[in-house]
Amino acid sequence: MIDPGGTTTEQAAAYEGAHRPWRRREVTSDGVRLAVSEWGEPDAPALLLAHGGFDFTGTFDVFAPMIAEDGWRVVSWDQRGHGDSARAHLYSWQADLRDAAAVIDSIGDRSMPFVGHSKGGNLVLHLANAMPHRISALVNIDGLPSHGVMSDVSEHEQAKWVRQELDDWLAHRRTLESKQRRPGTIDELAGRRGKMNPRLSPDWLRYLVTVGALESEDGWRWKIDPTMRMGGFGPWRPEWSLLQLPAIAVPVLGILGLELEVMGWGTRPSDIDPYLPPGGRIETVEGAGHFVHIEAPRTVADMTLEFLQ
Amino acid sequence: MIPTRMIRHNRIDLAVHELRQGADDCTRTLLLLHGLGEQTPSEIPSWVDWPGAVVGLDFTGHGESTVPVGGGYTSEILVGDVDAFLQDYEEPVTILGRGLGGYVAMLAATAHPEQVRGAVIADGPGLAGGGIHPGSVALVSPALHTGGSPDPFALLELSRDVRPPGYVQRFVGFLQEESDLDTPLFVSTKVRPAWVEAVAGSPGVGQGSVAEGLVLFASVPDPA
Repeated sequence: MIDPGGTTTEQAAAYEGAHRPWRRREVTSDGVRLAVSEWGEPDAPALLLAHGGFDFTGTFDVFAPMIAEDGWRVVSWDQRGHGDSARAHLYSWQADLRDAAAVIDSIGDRSMPFVGHSKGGNLVLHLANAMPHRISALVNIDGLPSHGVMSDVSEHEQAKWVRQELDDWLAHRRTLESKQRRPGTIDELAGRRGKMNPRLSPDWLRYLVTVGALESEDGWRWKIDPTMRMGGFGPWRPEWSLLQLPAIAVPVLGILGLELEVMGWGTRPSDIDPYLPPGGRIETVEGAGHFVHIEAPRTVADMTLEFLQ
Repeated sequence: MIPTRMIRHNRIDLAVHELRQGADDCTRTLLLLHGLGEQTPSEIPSWVDWPGAVVGLDFTGHGESTVPVGGGYTSEILVGDVDAFLQDYEEPVTILGRGLGGYVAMLAATAHPEQVRGAVIADGPGLAGGGIHPGSVALVSPALHTGGSPDPFALLELSRDVRPPGYVQRFVGFLQEESDLDTPLFVSTKVRPAWVEAVAGSPGVGQGSVAEGLVLFASVPDPA
């Protein structure tokens, strides 16, 4: 296990409305050390908040305080290999679910709302079915994969793409030993992330560097495990996630930013409607993309808080 | 003692056991891939008749390979194990995979259609995996023990690994297209879970006993 090290509050650049966690602690999940962040009073009712793939709890530094101000104890964690959590030997969906369960176990034994963005939304969707005794409401922020990127493509093209994925994935595995992330200045790291997140402001991206990267002699590096990679090869299909939705008995709110972008699933309300459980609903936000809680934190926080009342 | 050496796959050291060195340079090596929870046997099994060298690879979390902390297994990771072996070994091989090792052999052959000169899928632990659809979500952590092998996380996770027939057929299709062998895969299992049926029903896949599969692949030439 390799530790990326921690970030102190003092290092964080100023960003309007951003607040580092009120408390930080650790949970060990089957030997993997996970960094847990909390906002809000320790005796307030708990709410679980899950970040997306290649994100970390610091991406909630504006959104989470808004929820906490309304009387919630917001508990989030860096997924294995992300943020301040340990880098693991292996990564898988099952492992992420077990890690989440370890965090939930550390919060007590009462049910609570689960809120998740992107991959985190997909995680809490599965957790809702795996531990229905622990969930009281589900808020899914653009974390409902609905169709493959290949759904409009011919079988021949799909096959070529899958073949290439296999080769690329194995080629990536061969380069992992002693792999490091590329160092750079704060502006350079912010600029690189901006290419993947073109709708996020440069100021926000620079802030993220100061809470999500570490500075060493040759520059800043994102803390995320350099051996991780977006995508892989395997049998998983996006519709497997949607099939989790109809079983959920607690109130469900889905929030979608309507601007399409590369990091998102491109899921439309009409994709989800057929799978919504009774009483479930979808809210949309105009003029915001996949990172809707960062682009429009007040709107998404208000939607969430009103739903939880 | 059989000679064992370690090769690296990211943060995992994988054990490679040389069960028999080849007496004749002209005969290709047979790579044994064990089943779920197994490890490379200490000697060549009596039912394996192969004229050349025989080596075995212990998968991640098995045998003498590193037992990772906190699980996170998929069959695809084990394909990465075989890839690491093939990169290191460089020479062409024929693969005999038991159970889970048969599934991994099929995928690894697809990734290396030239270097892998035929793969035989044999009965063994972990052959079925988790079926063709995801099962109900379950959060189970096996009791932690002292880092011993086989890793209980491997037993848990790789026995639930989903293997849809359409996924399998696509890879068999790649292999059929890219391999210069008429029959790059051989199914010898008595048990036929859906993914094995999908393989067996595809063009370019032979069927019969393990012995027949090995005779077939022993006779195919190395890549030009």
